Amino acid sequence: MGSNANTQEANAHLTTPTRLTGSEIVWATLVGEGVTDVFGYPGGAILPVYDALRKFPIHHTLVRHEQGAAHMADGYARASGKVGVAIATSGPGATNLVTGIATAMLDSIPMVCITGNVSSKVLGTDAFQEVDITGITLPVTKHNFLISRTEEIAPALRQAFQIARSGRPGPVLVDITKDAQQGKAIFDFATAKPRAYRPHPMLNVEQHGLESAVELIRNAKRPIILAGHGVTESGAMEQVRTLAERTQIPVALTLLGLGAFPASHPLNLGMMGMHGEAWVNHAIQEADLLIACGMRFDDRVTGTLASYATKAKKIHIEVDPAEINKNVKVDVALVGDLREVLEELLPRIGGRDGSAWLKTIEASKGASAVRDIKNLPDDGHLYAAHVVHDLWRITEGEAVVVTDVGQHQMWEAQYFHHEKPRSLITSGGLGTMGFALPAAIGAKTACPEKEVWVIAGDGGFQMTAAELSTIVQEKLKINIAIINNGYLGMVRQWQEFFYERNYESTPLVSPDFVKLADAHGISGRAVRTRAEVESAVHEARTAPGAFLINFLVEKEDSVYPMIPAGSALHEMIRRPDHDPLLESPEDL
Amino acid sequence: MLHTFVAYVEDLPGVLTRVASLFRRLNININSLTVGRSERPGLSRLTLVCEASAEAGHRIQASLFKLENVVDVDDIAQAPSVTRELALIKVAATPQNRSQIFELVEVFRARIVDLAPESLMIEMTGVESKIEGLIQVLNEGEERILEICRSGKMTMRRGHHTSRVLRAMGAGAAERPVSEDDPANAVEESADIEPA
Repeated sequence: MGSNANTQEANAHLTTPTRLTGSEIVWATLVGEGVTDVFGYPGGAILPVYDALRKFPIHHTLVRHEQGAAHMADGYARASGKVGVAIATSGPGATNLVTGIATAMLDSIPMVCITGNVSSKVLGTDAFQEVDITGITLPVTKHNFLISRTEEIAPALRQAFQIARSGRPGPVLVDITKDAQQGKAIFDFATAKPRAYRPHPMLNVEQHGLESAVELIRNAKRPIILAGHGVTESGAMEQVRTLAERTQIPVALTLLGLGAFPASHPLNLGMMGMHGEAWVNHAIQEADLLIACGMRFDDRVTGTLASYATKAKKIHIEVDPAEINKNVKVDVALVGDLREVLEELLPRIGGRDGSAWLKTIEASKGASAVRDIKNLPDDGHLYAAHVVHDLWRITEGEAVVVTDVGQHQMWEAQYFHHEKPRSLITSGGLGTMGFALPAAIGAKTACPEKEVWVIAGDGGFQMTAAELSTIVQEKLKINIAIINNGYLGMVRQWQEFFYERNYESTPLVSPDFVKLADAHGISGRAVRTRAEVESAVHEARTAPGAFLINFLVEKEDSVYPMIPAGSALHEMIRRPDHDPLLESPEDL
Repeated sequence: MLHTFVAYVEDLPGVLTRVASLFRRLNININSLTVGRSERPGLSRLTLVCEASAEAGHRIQASLFKLENVVDVDDIAQAPSVTRELALIKVAATPQNRSQIFELVEVFRARIVDLAPESLMIEMTGVESKIEGLIQVLNEGEERILEICRSGKMTMRRGHHTSRVLRAMGAGAAERPVSEDDPANAVEESADIEPA
């Protein structure tokens, strides 16, 4: 896919075949693939590779835990569209990568992980720090390689990059034995090129499928476009927008779709699913046509399948044939790269009057459009939604926001309005707590010119807080907003709703995050009232280095609306009426 | 329903794990799996039989294709095809009761491939039901089965025949699958289409 291609032209000098060590071949191949930054942690079985690093124009970020390396490579890829690269040693180094690899797998992120392994002659003997990492990562990688011969390194790595970035992107792991790193072989970047990319043989965009789609769109009275992560991955933002504008069909977004269609666009309905706005989910349930673009009908967006959009015909445009009819039976499947399919489809589609349906949806917003707070009087309470809303307003929506997983993630999705793709980086499929801080390091490394904000809960932040040192060592300007409610908030919310408020193991004692930041040499301050939010955000933005704000928010606030797991999409738990959280008209 | 997938996979370490792991992840038991060299250099051909819902076929085929080492996948489903299994059966046999087994082997068009003082080995190729039939007869008789080794199913699509040819071969209409589960079919089918 074009958007995932690292540039190769600048490295034409690599075409001269040279005799190199396996370790040098690793770096030379990375340079050839256009890699400029890697994230890793050295150790015995990868030491030869580290020994050769200084000869190559690649910046290495030393992480504090290999999980961080994988999330950084992931965040780097999400922010830039390029392939992220993580490096670890054998054994525990390799297993520590696994959560990060699975995170990338579930969200289709192009990533290459390189691990060292023990020498080939002791493979399988339980040698020191030996682990079968290709076996362990088999179900969470798109593909992996076990390389035990020096001459196999370059072809395997090049194929890994091709696999990672092609079709539906994903992580690839290349495990290289120590003797292969130490051996010598002729390195020739050009002849190590991977065999021709083979598109999935079940890709299928047939004439009659396109015609059926056109027919369904023409006859639909209540159509909705469902836009997912595939819009960004495929680079189909313009095509989706053209489709929506020409046909006047409103667009609902998945969590990972946020930013792929501008939040301010009149046809943008907002986020669908478990914590989507009421009118979005109601509209989906009332729709007579769903045009699913690069999304996979995940259980978090469908609710119970038996009652999902029963009145709607479904068109599914998707690059992965295994996703067709997996969760939701569709009427027309256009299996191919989203941008290419839409480019075939658009010339056949004419203008359409969608005003009646848009008016119906607008009317259904009614009271529910008066969402939680945006401008609550400063009465001593600080709500997370305040913080997110103000962050959005003050940064004028220009920041790249990297969230962790939980309540704050959903509030971010609801209150930070993303106009551009790759401006929200979040773990959707796997829901990996601890993702935000390292992923933000990756994002900032990829886009040093951009303002990067971490929004994390007090729980998730502590899972990978050690990476604060990495921020300092790398001198990165990253702003950190901790939404601190003293609970594992989302779990507490489930306990409140579904487990009779039995708050078992969710109250959380945390360190003083400002002092913790200070211990790392990072400035910070605590915020307890809304009146302080603006000045704190301003202070963070103008501080020369990284800055941490500890937002001590209302402890037992919940994310509304919410569809309980296993319920129908329209069966939402709404914010109780007596709750004081209403926004004032001037904030609307 | 019973699904039969035929796949060409690269002949490399770990490829079988990747294929098997896909079924493991879906919590589908593999009924039989046969792998061997194919007519294509560097590629192995496998036949995999499993029980899964009717709708699962598409997704399994699509998921198999997503494996980098899988080159080709065919979901045989109900298509006209020939399926065979090879069985080696070692039976306790003394000179006194050998002749009974010889008769049985004759009827089932099997072969004796090893003869020892206290046992003999039967080799039989055919559809699953035919092999089951022989085993059943052996079990019901005086004979004691010592060992059974079965290859699992191997399946190949039929060529494009006219229905007249297929009828002449006793295989029914072109698009009708040959019923392999009907034991009555087994011996007759073997007589008609199996080369000696």
